Amino acid sequence: MDTNTLEQQTRTLIEPLVSESGPLLLALHTLQDHFGYIPPESVPCIAQILNLSRAEVHGVISFYHSFRSEPPGKKIVSICRAESCQAMGSADLEARAKKVLGIDFHQTSADGLFSLEPVYCLGNCACSPAIMIDDQLHSRVSLTELDQLLEVESS
Amino acid sequence: MTTRVYVPSDSTAISLGADAVAVALQDLPCDLEIIRNGSRGLHWLEPLLEIDTPAGRIGFAETKAADIADLFANGAPAIDHPNCLGLVEEHAYLKPQHRLTSARIGLISPCSLDHYRSLDGFAGLEKARNMTADDIVQVVTDSGLRGRGGAAFPTGIKWRTVLDAPAEKKYIVCNADEGDSGTFVDRLIMECDPYCLIEGMLIAGLAVGANEGFIYCRAEYPLAITTLQRAIDTATEAGYLEGFSLQVRKAAGAYICGEETALLESLEGKRGLVRFRPPLPAIEGLFGKPTVVNNVISLASIPIILAKGADHYRDFGSGRSRGTLTVQLAGNIRRGGLVEVPFGLTLRQLLEDFGGGTASGRPIKAVQAGGPLGAYIPADHFDTAMDYETFKDIGAMLGHGGLVVFDDSADLGHMARFAMEFCALESCGKCTPCRIGSVRGVEVIDKIRSGEQPDDNRILLQDLCQTMIDGSLCALGGMAPFPVQSVMKHFPDEL
Repeated sequence: MDTNTLEQQTRTLIEPLVSESGPLLLALHTLQDHFGYIPPESVPCIAQILNLSRAEVHGVISFYHSFRSEPPGKKIVSICRAESCQAMGSADLEARAKKVLGIDFHQTSADGLFSLEPVYCLGNCACSPAIMIDDQLHSRVSLTELDQLLEVESS
Repeated sequence: MTTRVYVPSDSTAISLGADAVAVALQDLPCDLEIIRNGSRGLHWLEPLLEIDTPAGRIGFAETKAADIADLFANGAPAIDHPNCLGLVEEHAYLKPQHRLTSARIGLISPCSLDHYRSLDGFAGLEKARNMTADDIVQVVTDSGLRGRGGAAFPTGIKWRTVLDAPAEKKYIVCNADEGDSGTFVDRLIMECDPYCLIEGMLIAGLAVGANEGFIYCRAEYPLAITTLQRAIDTATEAGYLEGFSLQVRKAAGAYICGEETALLESLEGKRGLVRFRPPLPAIEGLFGKPTVVNNVISLASIPIILAKGADHYRDFGSGRSRGTLTVQLAGNIRRGGLVEVPFGLTLRQLLEDFGGGTASGRPIKAVQAGGPLGAYIPADHFDTAMDYETFKDIGAMLGHGGLVVFDDSADLGHMARFAMEFCALESCGKCTPCRIGSVRGVEVIDKIRSGEQPDDNRILLQDLCQTMIDGSLCALGGMAPFPVQSVMKHFPDEL
């Protein structure tokens, strides 16, 4: 995508949000929903539209775990690392996912299919351990089920 | 004759196959009316299919799409079917509960205004509309309701401060950034009874003179966000939101934004840095205006308090903890789910009578109460009554009511390390004790666990914990040492 197209798209997406109060997080979510990440080249444009400094925009993007500055894999696999899931063996899921995908947290598999992220509670603590693949929640995930999910998802 | 069937639709039920069950039901040659209700919060039984009968709703546990054809082979199954749980209302997990705040969850279709109204929905708002602001605040004060997010600050006093603050513009902010592990009741309310939260916020607006509200909901709850948005749109169309503007704002994965001042910064579009206090948010909150910041459960308790009166609510509970506590049974537990009961039941009653012990069948080693910043409580404290003061007496806290159970295979030294690791990950970085202390905490615990001068390092760790408690700006750094200290005290062999 060339810079002009990117700037044009950024404008179209976030100009309608200018009248909202405290619009920066809204704008960043909107861009990430559209592009899958927040292209670093769009930062000056966001700053200009929302009348902020580039440093402020960058500061917010880097503060929050949800925002990404690089394109993610086709699917985002989030493994809960919080206490409830740890009490039910999530550490094993974490290790298995890293091994199967050959990556660490915050990385994307070489085939570009999966990004692996840690998450601290999915609010599914009565049925731990839980993982989320994109917006799809999975309960009481066993190692076998994890393997299936990663294989099924990758085929 | 049409048979009415209920298929739950909260995130947990869906994750266990509820949507596929609904599809399988649609494909049956039976005359069925399929209603997607929320969830009763009996999560270990999900997907919990319910069938309307003249005697009441009967339940079928852990229904799978593949079982549906068999289950309905002779028309709708009856109470004598081997898979039947009987009347759901009579279920041993549900019957002893006193569901005030969560009265409607699982009973209704979440976004149906008709369903909501049929079970006293908007009764509190109607009463509030005929009361003065002062009287509404008085009722909330008299109810004894304390903030259910964890801090347990009296809601009425907070509202009084905002009411008395002179300003043209005021805000109602709902803290739906339910980040504590072991908690999911906010999610249940938002996904299963969203109008209850909306009604609570409207009443709060009337009480303090605010005409704008925000629900700051965590990004990890996509279904809660879409359900709330749908409910807001429907309520707006029906005219309930006249004179009050309400928005859901999606958070961005920072645990610290559950702290109210960091939440306000985030709503303003900034980094979620904790603010110095004073000024209190009640005086200078969102965009510098007087702001009520309440947890989902606090706000969702308001409608019934207004509808049934302060006395009705206050009469439940014990000591200075009035009303009900929405306990969430989580972790290694056989019967995990939501248990709303008056304050004062013992931990043992919750863990054994309701929870049925561990899922693994092994003995319970410890329970972490109140989220990642809460103490690990050993089994010899399980006769402690669950109320704010009694818990404080044993060095624990109720927090948002989550109980995470660990069996005897758990490595609590590792969990203590995790408390510091989590604090380091989620620290906003504004104050040094939290930002640096948590990193040093991980390092010192690693040294102790690897046998490097363990006695000296234990003294150092105690000292570090105290420094964080005394010197941190907010509860993250100020309480992250609690789980560590509790492990050192109750499980000295492990740290």
